[in-house]
Amino acid sequence: MTTSERHPAPGIPHEAVPAAEARAALARERRLRVLDVAFEARAFIALAVLVVVFGILSDSFLTGSNLITMTRHVAINAVLALGMLLVILKGGIDLSVGSIVGLSGVVAGELLRGLRIDVLGVVLYPPVWVVVIIAVAVGGVVGTINGLLVTRLRVAPFIATLGMLYVARGTALIISGGETYPKLAGEPTLGNTGFSWLGSGRPLGLPTSIWIMIVLTVAVAVLLARAPFGRWLYATGGNERAAELSGVPVVRVKTLVYVISGACAAMAGLIIASELTSAAPQAGESYELNAIAAVVIGGAALSGGRGNVRGTLVGAFVIGFLADGLVLLGVSTFWQIFIKGAVIVLAVALDQGQQRLQRRRSAASAVVRAAAPLTPAPTA
Amino acid sequence: MTARTAAAQRVPVLSAVDVTKVFGGTRALRGVSLDVLAGRVTALFGENGAGKSTLMKILAGIETPTTGRVLLDGEERRFGSAREAADAGISIIHQELSLCPNLSIADNLFLARERRTRTGGVDRRAQQRAAREVMLRLEEDLDPATPVGDLRLGQQQLVEIARALLQDARVLIMDEPTSALSATEVDVLFAVVRDLSASGVAVVYISHHLDEALEIADDVVVLRDGALVAQAGARDVDVAWIVRQMVGRESDSLFPPRHPTLGDVLLDVRDLVVVDPRSPERLAVDDVSLQVRAGEIVGLYGLMGAGRTELLETVAGRNPVGSGQVLLDGEELRGSIADRIDQGVVLVPEDRQRDGLVQSMSVGRNLSLASIAGLTRRLLLSPPRERAQVAQMVTDVTVKTASADAPIGSLSGGNQQKVVIGKALMTQPRLLLLDEPSRGVDVGAKADVFDLMARQAEHGLAVLFTTSEAEEALHVPDRLLVLARGRLVGEFRRGELTREQLMSVSDGAPTTTTPGATS
Repeated sequence: MTTSERHPAPGIPHEAVPAAEARAALARERRLRVLDVAFEARAFIALAVLVVVFGILSDSFLTGSNLITMTRHVAINAVLALGMLLVILKGGIDLSVGSIVGLSGVVAGELLRGLRIDVLGVVLYPPVWVVVIIAVAVGGVVGTINGLLVTRLRVAPFIATLGMLYVARGTALIISGGETYPKLAGEPTLGNTGFSWLGSGRPLGLPTSIWIMIVLTVAVAVLLARAPFGRWLYATGGNERAAELSGVPVVRVKTLVYVISGACAAMAGLIIASELTSAAPQAGESYELNAIAAVVIGGAALSGGRGNVRGTLVGAFVIGFLADGLVLLGVSTFWQIFIKGAVIVLAVALDQGQQRLQRRRSAASAVVRAAAPLTPAPTA
Repeated sequence: MTARTAAAQRVPVLSAVDVTKVFGGTRALRGVSLDVLAGRVTALFGENGAGKSTLMKILAGIETPTTGRVLLDGEERRFGSAREAADAGISIIHQELSLCPNLSIADNLFLARERRTRTGGVDRRAQQRAAREVMLRLEEDLDPATPVGDLRLGQQQLVEIARALLQDARVLIMDEPTSALSATEVDVLFAVVRDLSASGVAVVYISHHLDEALEIADDVVVLRDGALVAQAGARDVDVAWIVRQMVGRESDSLFPPRHPTLGDVLLDVRDLVVVDPRSPERLAVDDVSLQVRAGEIVGLYGLMGAGRTELLETVAGRNPVGSGQVLLDGEELRGSIADRIDQGVVLVPEDRQRDGLVQSMSVGRNLSLASIAGLTRRLLLSPPRERAQVAQMVTDVTVKTASADAPIGSLSGGNQQKVVIGKALMTQPRLLLLDEPSRGVDVGAKADVFDLMARQAEHGLAVLFTTSEAEEALHVPDRLLVLARGRLVGEFRRGELTREQLMSVSDGAPTTTTPGATS
């Protein structure tokens, strides 16, 4: 044994683990910690890179009006992604949200066109706020079915919501007969105007859809951070058996996330229908994938229990700004699709990479602790 | 060492040299060196969490050491998998059964080492013949086509043993091979082990049944808190010596005396029958009646598969009652786990990783998880209240943690267990159920856990806990109930029973019918 080994570095008293190994582990732990922080902030870094690159390449990217336009696009995906985040935190997935977007638009279109009740020989024209409530409730009902399939019939979330993807889309096509509902602005004589406010209103100077995104973001953030439901959700996603033995109403939590996700999707469907003042049954096709991508880019684990609102919101901005920036640069549609796919795969790969990194990091710090049991884990 | 040991026999086949193993925040092994000798049975003793299983897994190539080396025939080896170690002649019988219940005895025995016919198919006839032979060697005349799931737990354990025998190993590691075996089955097993040993196989034997292990052993090794603390010839030592080495002090200091003041009967279990949730054709709990009073600590002792866990889980609301009644304070306990927590019944599960903790949450959030609904004000959590209550509980159950925000994985096994217990106590229970509360925790934390139980009982909490350690069973509870094969076979007050009596009682009286026959 050499002298240096008999006198290990300060803070690492020799015990069961040789000092040289402990020192190496400490260095490894420090290096991994830096990497981990970079991984953690990967969504922010990606967004910053996008803004800088597109800002340089295009004169119109960083203008106020373009930022507002892009954020309006982001808002729709963000509303979907916030619901999706809850489902993913539970350890599930919701593939049906894109179809719910289409269905909720169709429901709104049907109601605004007038509800024909043949028995009474009358046509009812419900006011817009009733239309909104009913459409959102329809989304909630689809979500409830998802939830019951998963919790009661124990169908895997992927399969249950894949089924509902088709059922909801089919329902939208059946109700509409495959036709688009035009002119959803309503008529003053019927007292059902105002639907276009969701899409083109600008309270306090910002588009309504952006306000909806902001309000929902705050609501979900408070739900996760301050409501018992949020804690139950993280626990259920992290370890369902432990949660159940701790008295967490696991079935209720698991069902409710799908209900919220469905309602969020319906809200997004209304925003789209309102912006276009028309509702197509095909609206929202493949939107579920954008929402999942936003959540995953935002650092949530598909296995559940890990993820947050901040990350998901940044993820939605990355997806939205990337798509619009590429359009602005005149990149071909085919390449846009290609690039989006690559980004999603990269995001999931990075997520796995981060988890491996964290395991390696805790292994390294375990060795350090084993060498120095009485000194707390060193801080940077 | 004794003179009968010829020098020629002392050939180390497999050696661990200065092996250290770290899991998360726990040091399972600290610089252990051990030689496994050909033709000898080495018995390895230690409490739960002393590092026995970890050391065996490292020797068998299932785990790689954090630091240190494993030598086979004097050469350093790093086994990439259990399969590689098995191919090198090292075979391990696990404490947990690793059988596929849906496959037959023969298929299990030859899993991943199937005998082939000339055309490359599985030679089922050869396998069945060999399977019957090896089972007969263990004196079990069973049809090799029987699905393993249909066998009694003890028979399943014998299949596990048979699988190791078939591999013609040079080193055979047996980790608690007798936990579900009856006394006669143990005798048969020991005869087989002596045969193997005489033919030059090196055997490592781990058991909680100290006298049993001492009977079969040539050499004795004791681990405590991850370190090798004592080594001797089996002829030179007795059970009391082993216990002293395992505990590191006289057992009296680990179990301080108690003078309980008992209240009224709180838990009243009447004629309870519980169907085994894993194999519904047998009964896990077979007509058990018991009572626990407020302020009383009652222990449930039994072998693996005796029905302890199922009994506690039924009271906690995880398993349905087959028949009979479970009364709390004279009223029948009903409803979900959550409902029962509201009524004051909470369970600390046996497997804290799988059932007790949420790894992705902090120490504090794990602590408050079960009582979070009570920490709200107008639907929202009150962070200051939560922080205060968590801090109080960290102090009460003496959790050693850097802060309440530290990840749960950064704590040692003992401190993680205190968090699970603290979580249960935060629900302000009247009846605390603990399933193997000392499993996988070091000696110091173990004493803390029992001290905690005693203090809570002094405040009127009724405590019902299970244990498979005789020392604990004899010294911790005010009253000890012994379960064997789902039936209550004995009830004793503290000090009424010796270790030997406990062992013979818990094997189950031979007159009891097999549980399957009653269903």
